[in-house]
Amino acid sequence: MRAKLTDKIATFFIVVFSLLIVAVLVGLIGFILVRGLSHIDWHFLTSVPQTIREGGGIGPQLFNSLFLLVLTLIITIPLGLGAGIYMAEYAKPGKITGTIRLVVEVLSSFPSIVVGLFGLLLIVNTFGFGFSLFSGALVLTIFNLPLMVRITEQAFRSVPKEQKEAGLALGLSKWKIISSVLFPVALPSIVTGTVLAAGRVFGEAAALLFTAGMSTPRLDFTNWNPLSPTSPINPFRPAETLAVHIWKINSEGLAPDAAQIAAGASAVLVILVLLFNLFARWLGGVLYKAMTASKRMG
Amino acid sequence: MKTIDERPVQVQPARGTRWKKHHAEDVAGRSYTFICAALLIVIILSIVYFVASKGLATFFRDGVSLSDFLFGTTWDPEGNNGEPMYGVLPFIFGSFATSLLAALIASPLSICASLFMTEIVPGWGKKLLQPVIELLAGIPSVVYGFIGLTVVVPFLRNVFPGQGIGIAAGAIVLSVMILPTITSVAADALASLPRGLKESSFALGATRWQTISRVILPTVLPSILTGVVLGMARAFGEALAVQMVIGNAPHIPRSLFESASTLTSVITLDMGNTVMGSAHSNALWSMALALMFMTFVFVMIVRLLERRHRI
Amino acid sequence: MNNATFRTEHLSVFYGQYEAVKNISLSFPEKSVTALIGPSGCGKSTFLRSLNRMNDEISQAKIKGRIWIDGVDINDPGTDVIQLRQKIGMVWQKPNPFYKSIYENIAFGPKYHGIKNKAELDEIVETSLRKAALWDEVKDRLKQSALSLSGGQQQRLCIARALSVKPGILLLDEPASALDPVSTAKVEELITDLKKELSIVIVTHNMQQAARISDYTAYFYLGSLMEHDTTEKIFTNPEQQMTQDYISGRFG
Repeated sequence: MRAKLTDKIATFFIVVFSLLIVAVLVGLIGFILVRGLSHIDWHFLTSVPQTIREGGGIGPQLFNSLFLLVLTLIITIPLGLGAGIYMAEYAKPGKITGTIRLVVEVLSSFPSIVVGLFGLLLIVNTFGFGFSLFSGALVLTIFNLPLMVRITEQAFRSVPKEQKEAGLALGLSKWKIISSVLFPVALPSIVTGTVLAAGRVFGEAAALLFTAGMSTPRLDFTNWNPLSPTSPINPFRPAETLAVHIWKINSEGLAPDAAQIAAGASAVLVILVLLFNLFARWLGGVLYKAMTASKRMG
Repeated sequence: MKTIDERPVQVQPARGTRWKKHHAEDVAGRSYTFICAALLIVIILSIVYFVASKGLATFFRDGVSLSDFLFGTTWDPEGNNGEPMYGVLPFIFGSFATSLLAALIASPLSICASLFMTEIVPGWGKKLLQPVIELLAGIPSVVYGFIGLTVVVPFLRNVFPGQGIGIAAGAIVLSVMILPTITSVAADALASLPRGLKESSFALGATRWQTISRVILPTVLPSILTGVVLGMARAFGEALAVQMVIGNAPHIPRSLFESASTLTSVITLDMGNTVMGSAHSNALWSMALALMFMTFVFVMIVRLLERRHRI
Repeated sequence: MNNATFRTEHLSVFYGQYEAVKNISLSFPEKSVTALIGPSGCGKSTFLRSLNRMNDEISQAKIKGRIWIDGVDINDPGTDVIQLRQKIGMVWQKPNPFYKSIYENIAFGPKYHGIKNKAELDEIVETSLRKAALWDEVKDRLKQSALSLSGGQQQRLCIARALSVKPGILLLDEPASALDPVSTAKVEELITDLKKELSIVIVTHNMQQAARISDYTAYFYLGSLMEHDTTEKIFTNPEQQMTQDYISGRFG
């Protein structure tokens, strides 16, 4: 009887602790939304921040975050695909492969602040790119690359090997098989993984403090010359992202409504990450359907 | 329609361009992907080289002794009270204290969550907790820091003596952040257990908890420990969320509710205010070197655990 | 038969220390079907896979001996394996169409091998599908995904795909074992038609099937070739008792 009682008590605690985790998440999201949503309006999303007065917005920061993400993906995707394909299709078990695997593991557990410092030293100072979107994108690439490699490798490994054999028997080169037979099959999981990873990149701040910088020049959204210092699309200008902005106003915010701005910005950040999650799943599903059911010729 | 008679089987490469094409694209593809993979090695080697070259300057150029650095308790890099002092023990203590405490809070919760998903209610338990875990993992660290600052710190201030900031606040925030890591590793391990293991225990008349505590948990212990170490590694390297709630006082606190610092929080705050190449800046790089060293240690422990698990 | 254009000489395949195929010399006469039979694990599939160097993909696999096709040793390091495989079609037990449209499945190989002309491609697609007895069933939905076809249709599509690059040899690894009886009959009929143009080597577990469609039969046991003769001889009056026992279903 005693064993039965212990069993009941243990089960009770397991259930309670599990529900506690659910409650924590609900509390977190609820708190952010309740605190933040009331502060979000068009003005908040589009206007520039104020240092000491009320009514500042997060327009430039929001734009910087999205633009930086795009830049990062442009650099990360080709590199991550390449390295992931190498690991899945070319690497033979051995010293080099083992080393690369260890590198991926170590790189993915490096503290992001250390990666940020490395970026400060090499990219910002030595290469002379300064505090800029470009420096930030390179550092986020280092941060994101291990994940991208894993996603790609797993996606390629899960393609049935019969697909590869069919290609070989037709006399296709290995590269043709990889690029035209295996890649389309692996694509849905690669896309889902990439978008999820993008959400992570979007919220990263520590690596950006000393690379993309903590300030944004006054931007002129009518100026689309990518070399002009006030142009929003100039990749060599400093850019404070949304995540960095949240950190900054919490530690040194002087505006009277700093707390509300932080809450609003946090809500925007969380909503965007949630949207990334939903979008990733939706897109993966759509692509999978397109690959397996009725695909257009071509 | 041509039949095979008119087209004898021909194995030797035909003269022409196609032979060249398929070899050329294979060589190009192989080279490109190899260069991408090799780039990873280049990146890590340069990170290690640059961080080490800066971090070691503290000891070789600025003449700080390793023991003064690691075991000194006074951090006064600008020499406000006489000679500059570079003792980082308070920060090392802070980093270990917050991450150990975070692991201590998160591990039982994570193990319960993974048991809930795989053993108690495998169906909807997984459907409920899986997205919860993924969302917790997706929330950016600055948002955790912000919530720590607006919820956890005031709560601690009301309940315990002190300002609310400190190791306890840092550990609580970190514990939520590393919960997903430990839970997903543990849940994967539990899900991959052979069915027979559980059934044979039930067949002997054991209750569910007896089965879990005597059969299941001992079997997956190495995997759970792997998850805990991965979680600690994440906690140890986390910068902003901790920095926002820990108070940033440069000494070893006397209680969990007193302002303290970690390696990451000091780097975050000081790096922008130092001149590259100065002894103060180099000391920060030495701390980054220590963080990097700890990353290697964590990865090594994980590898050892995984090897043991495989046997 | 020793001067057949397609034959193996003392072929052995090793997986590490394990010798899966032992010293096999076997000829495949032109425009005929050779069936490889034997109990599971006898090495017949491994043997078949070595004929177009599919074992290259398995890093521990080592090959000894020679495989001649029209006077060329395909295991010679100088042989262009990609060019070679184009001349040897292969179909597997499980249908494995590409995740592409029906049309693309067939046109993909020829396109890669240099045929760009749309009309020519259309013709290859139609001819290949006709040869595989699939044209009438799919001609109105060529743009649909190949995965929308039934299992039997998918398998015939795979045969059509193999034919699209005009091979001289067709290797079939239990092509009908995953199919229903109706589809099986269609595939068998197809094989009988195709042998007018090609040399076919088929691995099968189904004795009736071997008897129905093959001209020659080779019996494998534990990696060795036990007996090889015309199908008629093997099925009516085999030399060895073991072959007799296997064919009559007493073991295996």
